[in-house]
Amino acid sequence: MKAACSAPAIEVVGLHKHFARVHAVRGIDLEVRSGEFFGLLGPNGAGKSTLINILAGLTRPDEGRAAICGHDVIANYREARRALGVVPQEIVFDPFFSVREVLAIQAGYFGLGGRDNKAWREELLHTLMLADKGDANMRALSGGMKRRVLIAQALVHRPQVVILDEPTAGVDVELRASLWLFVRRLHKEGHTIVLTTHYLEEAEALCERIAIMRDGQIAALDTKEALLSRAVSKTLRVTTAEPAASVPPRLESKLRKRAGNILEFSLRAGTDSIPEVLESLRVAGHVVTDIATEQASLEEVFLALTQGRTATGSR
Amino acid sequence: MKGFNTLFYKELLRFYKVAFQTIFAPVVTALLYLLVFASTFKGRADILPGIPYVAFLIPGLMMMSMIQNAFANTSSSLIQSKITGNLIFILLSPLSAAEFFLAFVGASIVRAFCVAVGVYGAAVLFVPLPIEHPVFLVLFGLLGSAALGALGVIAGIWAERFDQLAGFQNFVVIPLSFLSGVFYSLRDLPPFWQTVSRLNPLLYMIDGFRYGFFGTSDVSPILSLALVAAFCVAVSVLAMALVGRGYRLRN
Ligand SMILES: Nc1ncnc2c1ncn2[C@@H]1O[C@H](COP(=O)(O)OP(=O)(O)OP(=O)(O)O)[C@@H](O)[C@H]1O
Ligand SMILES: [Mg+2]
Repeated sequence: MKAACSAPAIEVVGLHKHFARVHAVRGIDLEVRSGEFFGLLGPNGAGKSTLINILAGLTRPDEGRAAICGHDVIANYREARRALGVVPQEIVFDPFFSVREVLAIQAGYFGLGGRDNKAWREELLHTLMLADKGDANMRALSGGMKRRVLIAQALVHRPQVVILDEPTAGVDVELRASLWLFVRRLHKEGHTIVLTTHYLEEAEALCERIAIMRDGQIAALDTKEALLSRAVSKTLRVTTAEPAASVPPRLESKLRKRAGNILEFSLRAGTDSIPEVLESLRVAGHVVTDIATEQASLEEVFLALTQGRTATGSR
Repeated sequence: MKGFNTLFYKELLRFYKVAFQTIFAPVVTALLYLLVFASTFKGRADILPGIPYVAFLIPGLMMMSMIQNAFANTSSSLIQSKITGNLIFILLSPLSAAEFFLAFVGASIVRAFCVAVGVYGAAVLFVPLPIEHPVFLVLFGLLGSAALGALGVIAGIWAERFDQLAGFQNFVVIPLSFLSGVFYSLRDLPPFWQTVSRLNPLLYMIDGFRYGFFGTSDVSPILSLALVAAFCVAVSVLAMALVGRGYRLRN
């Protein structure tokens, strides 16, 4: 099966979903292009999983429509589900079966089970470092191993679009690295990847475009670079020859940290300039021996966009 | 078709892997009923002319076991998958509502027949039990277990907790199956209770199933067959509609 979609990988129009009194998704319009590596971020309860569940057909929307690779998730559910693999956020498993049985059954639901698919399932077990657990019962796996089985289950039918809802929660460092290697490979092969994570460095390192959700809406949607350029500040670290006892008054508001002969300033993007700061220091008699700047991180942009919430969800 | 086969096979495996509990135990329960009732009512007048009471009991116990196990199979599988959350693996697949429904009900029919054959196999060691109309036997067995399998789908979808399902089982399925003429003939009841019993669809399953063995029954077997088929269609249509709409499955 080819990995790219001829239509947009994901298309969402005017989507709404209520749960009792919670308006979990309030009017989302979204298009993810085929082959994109897309990040879906947002604090706890923002509605990310609800949106994903609607795409997967696990939840019926109250209003609006959604399509995977051009297939409506309700009217053409068979095609839509064949094109989609979802790694759910919650760890769930069937305690009756072994890992290999679970994967064979999942492939069977999609009408797959030939030698090709068996080889692919073995490859998945290998890549996800589950080969030695293949015949173990699901109950006998650790939490991180169960999550890896979920990832394998989502990929048994080689879906064009892969949605990972916090795939790295509870997964150890080594596996996380190899998981990203694998996901990057899928992306390179043309698969569309949608990633939800609370580890913003992961999203920053992997995603090309990022949507930040808040209260059931999309608060920002842009390329990673454009989002990062929205950052309100960057950090300037200055090393002086002698420890500075004081800084010029006009720099005091920008000073964030002073330790020995290192001064750290927080500069507002656009209005503050590095040469001006250095000039002020020079005029005040400080000898600058070294400078370093640090770009704002996605985390800062994220916090700015989702501010006013107590739970910012950096788990 | 392949997807249906897989789900059907998975549902078979699910009870086969715990066959001791899902097949052997109900067979033993039915045989215990047989032992207790047969020895308690030894010497009582035959209910059907020329048929000893013990022999009379066996078809009813077989059908009662089929009814209860068909219901238990679909309902417990669904509620377990719902509560543990692994139902999503089926919901994420391209299976249609019909494939979903038929696979669950199909497996419950197989379990019901396994239990019935087990009860029959053990009982004929003690009591000779010839079969007069095997076609009726199979038809009533199929329709009865399909209907209760479908009812189990409805109950499994409706229930959100194990105790709700237990309530459905204890207050609906078990009373209806006990009060359906397993241990007595409809004709032994006072007129009022006869009328009430005639509202119980399970009565026709047991009466018709018994006709398959003895060639005699309280109700005309054709009428019973029609009523059981109608009941089976009605619960199946309702169950399919719930699955199709995703009621309590795709919240
Ligand atoms: N089945 C449900 N019943 C009732 N409310 C729900 C249900 N699922 C989600 N909600 C509510 O909808 C809102 C969005 O939840 P959702 O799970 O989509 O958030 P999320 O962005 O995935 O959060 P997290 O980062 O914690 O996973 C929350 O207020 C949640 O309480
Ligand atoms: Mg979530």
